[in-house]
Amino acid sequence: MDPLLIFIQSLNGLQLGVMLFLMAAGLTLVFGVMNLINLAHGSLYMMGAYLAATIQQHTGSFLLAVLLAIPLTTMLGMLVEVVALRKLYRRDHLDQVLATFALILFFNELVRIIWGPQAYFMAVPGLLSGYITILPGVTYPVFRLVIIGVGLAVALLLYFIIARTRLGMLIRAGATNREMVGALGVNIKLLYTIVFGLGAALAGLAGMMAGPILSVEVGMGESIIILTFVVIVIGGIGSIRGALIASMLVGVADTFGRVLLPPALASMVIYILMATVLYWRPQGLFPAHG
Amino acid sequence: MVKLRLPRLRQVILLIVLASLILVPLFSDLFYTRLFTRIMIYGIVALSLDIILGYGGMVSFGHAAFFGLGAYTVGILAQHGVESAFLAWPAAILVSMLLATVIGAISLRTSGVYFIMITLAFAQMLYYFFFSLEDYGGSDGMPMISRNTFAGLMDINQHTTFYYLVLAILLLVLFVSLRLVQSRFGMVIQGVRENERRMRSLGFATFRYKLVCFIISAAIAGLAGALIANQTLYISPSFMHWTRSGDILVMVILGGMGSLFGPVLGALSLLLAEEVLSTYTEHWMILLGPLLILVVLFARRGIYGLLTGAKNGG
Repeated sequence: MDPLLIFIQSLNGLQLGVMLFLMAAGLTLVFGVMNLINLAHGSLYMMGAYLAATIQQHTGSFLLAVLLAIPLTTMLGMLVEVVALRKLYRRDHLDQVLATFALILFFNELVRIIWGPQAYFMAVPGLLSGYITILPGVTYPVFRLVIIGVGLAVALLLYFIIARTRLGMLIRAGATNREMVGALGVNIKLLYTIVFGLGAALAGLAGMMAGPILSVEVGMGESIIILTFVVIVIGGIGSIRGALIASMLVGVADTFGRVLLPPALASMVIYILMATVLYWRPQGLFPAHG
Repeated sequence: MVKLRLPRLRQVILLIVLASLILVPLFSDLFYTRLFTRIMIYGIVALSLDIILGYGGMVSFGHAAFFGLGAYTVGILAQHGVESAFLAWPAAILVSMLLATVIGAISLRTSGVYFIMITLAFAQMLYYFFFSLEDYGGSDGMPMISRNTFAGLMDINQHTTFYYLVLAILLLVLFVSLRLVQSRFGMVIQGVRENERRMRSLGFATFRYKLVCFIISAAIAGLAGALIANQTLYISPSFMHWTRSGDILVMVILGGMGSLFGPVLGALSLLLAEEVLSTYTEHWMILLGPLLILVVLFARRGIYGLLTGAKNGG
């Protein structure tokens, strides 16, 4: 195989991996801290994309769209947490799955009512729309490089927040022993809402970066949420480090599968990867709790 | 003589529903015959999920995979000229069982959230497999020319004949499943649901029991898949889409899990609600979503539980 092609595909894989990480980090945080399995995480991704697309259409500015849509998605996430999900933390996983499945139905229909069934296309902002020469004779879309850059920056920021700040300390403590954190006088309800908002912000960011690459449409969240599940199952549920490594693994495996294998087989690659990992390590690569 | 331990109230409800189901084709037009055929087929799938969910405590979010596998087996065989139901339907069951053996053997190594996500992921894998399988319709799906044949014994192209065949299969599956969960096997499965470690200490090979239970459930779902292929005469990957798995899960919970009969009621009420609400608004999902959340939060025992006052896993 041509080494240049390998290089380009590795970048594509990295870009998919970064998107998956943004989704997986939020999902795994919410699971780790609140013990909540949130199927509707993909809906926040979709809402982020729709909000950004709408703002871009009205103002013509991608930057403004991102700056406004992230806080909006965060607020939406917090609202959902306060109205519906808060009551589910103590329920078993079956209830959580059903209720968040219902949320997906609700959000999909809501989008259909507000924006209609047709897909939206977001324009790549002018500054980032070109191609850049990364190696002699090799060009690559600037926007995809930006996605990789933003994703890696967010991963670093997340690491900083969790490892170095007071909020991060509380999140880690909450993931280890919820009752104890509450008993020590921390406002656990507020902490939960903040963590959920953080996850929503990451999902929204992923959604609005996906907007110009893919089309913005109903159900866009569902195709990525399943991949995200595969990622956090491989990485070990609740582990950010596991999510990072697994998302890169899945991103690269999926991209190369599509290049090298016939389509019917290519679509199965990551699931086979997941099955293999689970066969050796049923708790994922980096299980968070014992 | 076979004994079925059923409280009286349940017998009454069972009889009322059964009687109405028998009467449907006699007093209504083709539309309702077809609608209720579909409802009964989904009733069979929901019932099969209840065996592993309500009795085995295994929350599978990929049950539609086996439903779709059954449908595709029948469809692919028909495309190659195998039209006899005596061959195609057992083949559908067998294929579902084979895949369930593989999927179950890997998934059942895990539990809890992992199990939910893995069954979901495996179902999506099969979905994408058939989605990109161009020889058999790919993303468009594939039509079936006519319904399966019964060597001249009956003609299920007649909607009424097909209706009564599906009803008979539903009753047979219901009966066999009730016997199954009340058997020694069923007791072990329920024991595993309550406390797997204790059952293992008592000397039961719990993994094998769970796997066999998973395979039985998939076999029934595969049979239902064969039926739905005959009902719609059109097989598409959407049969195994994960929202379909979600719908089936909703039917079980809505009807009341751990009762076998409840999920059939769940399928009945969900599909009827869909039918009624969609005549008022095309956006009926926006009503169903919040309604479902309320059921999950406040009415865990489902319709069947409300009707009979029975506890889960009765």
